[in-house]
Amino acid sequence: MSMARDFDWKPLALVPALALLVLPFIGSPSTWLTLTVAGLAMGMIIFIIASGLTLVFGLMDVLNFGHGVFIALGAFVATSVLGAMGDWAGSDQLWRNMVAVLPAMLVAMAVAGAVGLAFERFIVRPVYGQHLKQILITMGGMIIGEELIKVIWGPAQIPLPLPGGMRGALLIGDAAIEKYRLVAVAVGLLVFAVLAWTLSRTKVGLLIRAGVQDREMVESLGYRIRRLFVGVFVVGSALAGLGGVMWGLYQQSVVPQMGAQVNVLIFIVIIIGGLGSTGGALIGALLVGLMANYTGFLVPKVALFSNIALMVAILLWRPQGVYPVANR
Amino acid sequence: MLNRLLSGDYPRSKVLAVILVAIFLGLASAPFLFPGVKALSVAAKVLIFVVLVASFDLLLGYTGIVSFAHTMFFGIGAYGIAVATTRVGPTWSALAVGLGGALVLSLLLSLAVGLFSLRVRAIFFAMITLAVAAAFQTLASQLSDITGGEDGLTFKVPEILSPSFEPFDDPFLGVTLDGRLLCYYLLFVTAVVLVLALLRIVNSPFGRVLQAIRENEFRAEAIGYRVVVYRTTSSVLSALFATMAGAMLALWLRYNGPDTSLSFEIMMDCLLIVVIGGMGTIYGAVIGAVLFLVAQSYLQDLLRLGSEATSGLPWLSALLSPDRWLLWLGVLFVLSVYYFPTGVVGRLRAAVRRAA
Repeated sequence: MSMARDFDWKPLALVPALALLVLPFIGSPSTWLTLTVAGLAMGMIIFIIASGLTLVFGLMDVLNFGHGVFIALGAFVATSVLGAMGDWAGSDQLWRNMVAVLPAMLVAMAVAGAVGLAFERFIVRPVYGQHLKQILITMGGMIIGEELIKVIWGPAQIPLPLPGGMRGALLIGDAAIEKYRLVAVAVGLLVFAVLAWTLSRTKVGLLIRAGVQDREMVESLGYRIRRLFVGVFVVGSALAGLGGVMWGLYQQSVVPQMGAQVNVLIFIVIIIGGLGSTGGALIGALLVGLMANYTGFLVPKVALFSNIALMVAILLWRPQGVYPVANR
Repeated sequence: MLNRLLSGDYPRSKVLAVILVAIFLGLASAPFLFPGVKALSVAAKVLIFVVLVASFDLLLGYTGIVSFAHTMFFGIGAYGIAVATTRVGPTWSALAVGLGGALVLSLLLSLAVGLFSLRVRAIFFAMITLAVAAAFQTLASQLSDITGGEDGLTFKVPEILSPSFEPFDDPFLGVTLDGRLLCYYLLFVTAVVLVLALLRIVNSPFGRVLQAIRENEFRAEAIGYRVVVYRTTSSVLSALFATMAGAMLALWLRYNGPDTSLSFEIMMDCLLIVVIGGMGTIYGAVIGAVLFLVAQSYLQDLLRLGSEATSGLPWLSALLSPDRWLLWLGVLFVLSVYYFPTGVVGRLRAAVRRAA
């Protein structure tokens, strides 16, 4: 998150470096372009989900193993909203799709944020400062959340078809680029831009960054870090809900266990990023997304291991993640 | 004698001692006390989980490390037996080779994970083990030539341990003495030996260092203990014991697949049992395992009754559906972390201290 002059560009350079490195292995530039855009899109969705978690950890030193439940919640809410707006979602016109997808996203974010508020109050608050209990109790929270989703929406997989206007692909030269991937990249960039702007250009962002660096100092200046934290937790949960909608549309189906499945990816991303750094989480997410798509094409069987190999390699290079947060 | 067997770690609570003796005697005579297939398999599962959870407690309760890869080692043990007996046949040497191979694999894997990730922040370890465990589960279902993939492996065990082995014509105390019974007692003896060995470990000077690290890592390091070495040793030992528990499982079920020994649900069960029984006490694992497995086996029946009784109210009925038993366990888990952080054993011991 460090600004301007002393910006550490090496991790950032990893992303294009990885992309260029695999080009000769893939051979065809058009296939490479398709895979790269797909990887970036996946990375952006993972970033949306991971950004809230990494902020919560960085700011309050709370490790939330139940973050995944907000992903599933967002996705399931979206199936209900889009289902209720079937005509608009099913239309082939993009603007009509937007009329359906935007409210779906907003409602998903609102529900996930509201549940996040309750989650913070009843699950997380009693165990501040106790890592072991945090891990245990948020894990328990995730079980409860997942089971409640099964009670409301049923235990089975539910289809979440892409709206008509977002289906299909654009042709750039020989490379086929799916439209939805571009939508995902755009939403991800928007989220990153808003987050980066909030964190670096607003007073709230200043306080959050200061709180991550030295909590006692900010509190002694008279700011209530706890209230700020609750806000960050709610926003983080809402972002996870948004990410869940994006992920569900990406997979075109949702299952109650999706949160636990995505959890692993997210942890890898925030470890790579440096636990607490938004910029680090973005780089981690893009690397993970690219890696998953490249290995999925080159050697499908090792796709999941590639992420772990990536994490190991990064930690050997920088044991605290690419952008370590100062005081931890 | 008793002092040496228990390594000087007495229950330190009369109620606890009575419960433990009752559990011991109950498990020792389970085939005669509780006839029936379901009861015996619950008893065998208790034996297996006592070992698995006690080994997990060595890591979580005594050393203060959260690992999510514990069922990976459990699975390695079970696959060791399963793969060896499918390849070689139902012989004792196959069992030995399978168990030996599994132990070596667990040793190397836990050493690698430990050395790599225990030197970084403790919090990393939980997340890294989560990722490694997920990867291992994928690997087990992908390598279907060796592991049988999602279908798993069904195999035979040595004649003397299989149900068809019936050396005596007359039943003893109303129970037929067959290979199943012998297998149960093999598990029983193994479990007792392993639990006593774990008690020995946690009450040794080594175990004290682990507890010191749990309480204050910085001070332990400052006194001169190499924290990384102790943590890694603890995680390797814990992995080896979990591997043995896995072998016990495979021997009993004569089947193994990814869902049987590797699923994340088993990992959650372990966490739940440790917390309910009491972290940092091997006895907690025993009590927790009995409570949990009896509840798991009979809670679903109870929920079914509740669900049927409330069938007029669809929401309540859905909440009480037997398929949602995990929901109630989750609630129980959160509540016990809240109000019951020292578990059953901690509560009982605290009651003694208060009375004294």
